[in-house]
Amino acid sequence: MSASYRISGGSALKRERTVRFRFDGRDYVGHQGDTLASALLANGVGLFGRSFKYHRPRGIVSAGAEEPNALVGAFGPTGGFTPNLRATQVELFDGLVAESQNRWPSLDFDVGAINNWLSPLFMAGFYYKTFMGPKAAGGNWVWRQLFEPAIRAAAGLGSPPTEPDPDRYASMFAYCDLLVIGGGAAGLAAAETAANSGAQVILCDEQAEFGGWLLSEAQAEIEGRAARDWAADVVARLRGRDNVQLLTRTQAFGYFPHDFVGLCETIEDAARCRNPALPRERLWQVRAGRVVVATGAIERPLVFVDNDRPGIMLAGAAQTYLQRWGVMPGRRIVLFTACDSAYPTALALAEAGGNVVELIDLRSNVAEALSAPLRARNIAVSVGAAVTGSRGGLRLNSVEIRSVDRNGQTGAMARQLACDTLLMSGGWTPSVHLHSQARGKVAWSEEAKAFLPVARAGGPISAGACAGKFGLRAAIRSGADAALAALGAPPTVDVTPAVAEPALDLTGMVGRVPFAGDPRRGKAFVDFQNDVSARDLLLANQEGMVSIEHVKRFTTTGMATDQGKTSNLNALAIVASNLGKPVPAVGLTTFRMPYTPVSFGSFAGIGRGDQFDPIRRTPIDGWAQAQGAVFEDVGTWKRARYFPKPGEDMHQAVARECRTVRQSVGMLDASTLGKIEVVGPDAAEFLERMYVNSWRKLAPGRCRYGIMLNEAGYVIDDGVIARVAPDRFHVTTTTGGAPRVLHMMEDYLQTEWPDLKVWLTSTTEQWAVIAVQGPKAREVLAPLIEGVDLAPKALSHMAYAEGRICGVKMKLFRVSFTGELGYEVNVPADYGRAVWEAIWEQVEKYGGCAYGTESLHVLRAEKGFIIVGQETDGTVTPDDVGLSWAFGKGKGDFVGKRSLSRTDLAAAGRPQMVGLLTDNPAIVLEEGAQIVAMVNAPIGTEALGHVTSAYYSSNAGRSIALALVADGRNRLGTKLHVPMPGGSVSVTLVEPVFVDPKGERVNG
Amino acid sequence: MLNIRCPYCEEDRPEIEFRNAGEAHIARPDEPDRVDDRQWADFLYTRDNPKGWHAERWRHVHGCGRFFNAVRHSVDDRILLTYKAGEPKPDIERMLREREA
Repeated sequence: MSASYRISGGSALKRERTVRFRFDGRDYVGHQGDTLASALLANGVGLFGRSFKYHRPRGIVSAGAEEPNALVGAFGPTGGFTPNLRATQVELFDGLVAESQNRWPSLDFDVGAINNWLSPLFMAGFYYKTFMGPKAAGGNWVWRQLFEPAIRAAAGLGSPPTEPDPDRYASMFAYCDLLVIGGGAAGLAAAETAANSGAQVILCDEQAEFGGWLLSEAQAEIEGRAARDWAADVVARLRGRDNVQLLTRTQAFGYFPHDFVGLCETIEDAARCRNPALPRERLWQVRAGRVVVATGAIERPLVFVDNDRPGIMLAGAAQTYLQRWGVMPGRRIVLFTACDSAYPTALALAEAGGNVVELIDLRSNVAEALSAPLRARNIAVSVGAAVTGSRGGLRLNSVEIRSVDRNGQTGAMARQLACDTLLMSGGWTPSVHLHSQARGKVAWSEEAKAFLPVARAGGPISAGACAGKFGLRAAIRSGADAALAALGAPPTVDVTPAVAEPALDLTGMVGRVPFAGDPRRGKAFVDFQNDVSARDLLLANQEGMVSIEHVKRFTTTGMATDQGKTSNLNALAIVASNLGKPVPAVGLTTFRMPYTPVSFGSFAGIGRGDQFDPIRRTPIDGWAQAQGAVFEDVGTWKRARYFPKPGEDMHQAVARECRTVRQSVGMLDASTLGKIEVVGPDAAEFLERMYVNSWRKLAPGRCRYGIMLNEAGYVIDDGVIARVAPDRFHVTTTTGGAPRVLHMMEDYLQTEWPDLKVWLTSTTEQWAVIAVQGPKAREVLAPLIEGVDLAPKALSHMAYAEGRICGVKMKLFRVSFTGELGYEVNVPADYGRAVWEAIWEQVEKYGGCAYGTESLHVLRAEKGFIIVGQETDGTVTPDDVGLSWAFGKGKGDFVGKRSLSRTDLAAAGRPQMVGLLTDNPAIVLEEGAQIVAMVNAPIGTEALGHVTSAYYSSNAGRSIALALVADGRNRLGTKLHVPMPGGSVSVTLVEPVFVDPKGERVNG
Repeated sequence: MLNIRCPYCEEDRPEIEFRNAGEAHIARPDEPDRVDDRQWADFLYTRDNPKGWHAERWRHVHGCGRFFNAVRHSVDDRILLTYKAGEPKPDIERMLREREA
């Protein structure tokens, strides 16, 4: 197809540079500076997609971010695929491949278009009613497997990419005195005014070029020059200043509290072709002192039957394609308007050689000054008339026109007017999205037929068309004033440049165009993207939806990627008319971010793959990797889970590790243990209040197992605490709990007991911890240690000592989480690996092993030691898990103490920790499985408790489990049942100790 | 993202440096054993959750580590002031009147 719609002109085009691209498998040629939309229009492509529900053919409606129809999927320069892009915002680059959406097998012949003929089935509420399920069909296999997936596949927008995103995304943080959003007349004036005062300014605009409507303007002159030349001059001056940052292709998509604004900058694809190192997008997080919003206005479509045919476009968009991209939208052009701005559009098209046949104006009174220049060019002007229908296939071929009297009644006689293009203008809607996101209020102006922003002290200041200041002079003036107000500068004399422009009334109409016949017949589209027509809104109202929020959800009007930019006000006015209410009484739906869709990649930035989350590794991690350990994530830590020998699976490796620890010796990297130093004259008193245990009488050189509750009385952490000196404690916490415990300690220390002289320091990363556990542990360590007598009497269970190991400063804890003779060696982290390797050499001599977290879990479960977060879930008291013995005798208040005497926490029959033995010793229960009193209990039977831990124990020679069971300690010896998909598993409740019930081995 | 003034650092810093810690000025009873279940339950669980100005606790967790209080509007997130832990709850109505004047 030849580029037969391209004419001369087009300020955005570099004519000397041709660009090849492909759309729906066909090759085309455009120019550098083209968008996909402008290039396809220039090539005579009018059909861009199929509509959401009815699969009606659709063309381009707009020239910008508000485009509801022309959504495409496109491959970027690196091959990354993005669906649902607006063709109006996709810039051409050599080799661009794009495709239309929502059609099968092809855009010209789409099987789904049968939906248009079945449309009575697809009225408003169709999806809700359908997927809530026809009751008779709801449980029907055929419905669920066949019809529902087919309906879902036919609906929707685009397809997500199937490959990982190959592109890079950058994150930027910026601060400025003034952020100006929108680089049209008002925004440029605001930026320059602020820049002149010396302020740090960021100016952003969603388009490739600054200028906004100035780039499309055909008549007005500023300081005797074309409007776009004035814009270019201002931009050049701003570019020359070092206190201004200019960002094009940058969408302000979200306005967050405290004037924190999210911008998404798209890097030009052509630039990425030249330099593949560039990111695809940059997410800017801007903290602005003040913000001027100059986001302009969006033209409204006119709502008449069959107003969605390809070839029907907004008038302003046509003018933009003409001025910026040298595109004549059709061969035979008709305009239909309810405001003045279509008149200059008609003139501009005619002056560029377009065949403009007629302008239809809904209004009866139109100034002669507007219409005379058109008539002089042989363009018919019909006032008091409306387009009431259209005809055509894949492209418009005629419109139906009727007269409209002063009461809004259409005449009986209709005439057909042949045309391939209809340009419509219902008036201009100020873009109050960002003002609204900033939680600014809007107020309905009957005069402007629009919601206008209400200024708030300290909030963003709207300027230009988005504030209802139409006309270039008014926009420039309001932009400059807004900048001065934002910076607290006194107003200056009016220095607005001289503007020669026609006075235009851009108010237009809202709602449905007068029509003939039954309002329930024919589709007069309000929301093109969601296929919502005026009669859908009527149906919603008839079905009882009166709140605009309900109407929106019932009909889906204003949803999806365009968020109703072109449709919201018309929808509101139609609902108001149906309900017989004024527009403001119906209310406005919430403007939500993002203003236009933002890619996930942009939000993720570099936070993907290995950088998704920080990874913490212990000093011994490299050794474990070299040994072939299998790792697991524990919080952000990587921990060795088990150390398989060749040919071993996890089960075999864990069985061997557990046996080895109890028969000889094993070593575990426990460096991830949380560690907090609690220091000061009141350290013991502080711990007395934070833990359930007694600390005052604990002698230096001794340890105690501490239990921490929250104020509600539930166990939240545990760990061994050593008294290093009278005024110094070494507190250990669970691996995941360290930050939480420190935070809570700080909270009480700072806000409840600021009189206590205590200092808290996190030392988790400072110490490597090597647990050496098993009957041979003493022999293993003895040759390496200096300065500590390891003899049982000198260093008994729960003793603490300081000395040296391999010449390195050491804190030695004689503690055991296995029930065996055990030590935990703490050395400065930098020496962790060297000391580990020295101990390993010893361990090997005794046939010992390294063991991981899986064996750690089994070994402690064999002894009935709890893991916080496994046996506890935030609703478990110390008594529930058998830890009443730990309470300090006769001690005063501590965190959580008062709650333990609340009725429910003191009640009998609470869930209590017990052991479970399955009748069949080979069956390992599933953690989380429910426990009931009945064999094969029916669904709905109340559970008595659940399994908290379950393993195969090589030392016990059978499966073991821990569980929380209501009144469990009184049920010991009885049988209960664990219902599983394969049938009930019978279990006997026992004391939660499976190895060494007398606890003698720990004293070895 | 909120911009929060730490009253200890005397700096406006982004919200990611801070952690919210719930309603302010809820004092733990001096002698918990002497309050009844109802009063203790109120201390544990009852919160005002107002639509409007709210005195709440924050901690400059990735900064000086100190807890402090802020008066923030729960609808539009404006922060009227921040002040150190232990200082009395300000007279919000009076502050607003003075600000108006």
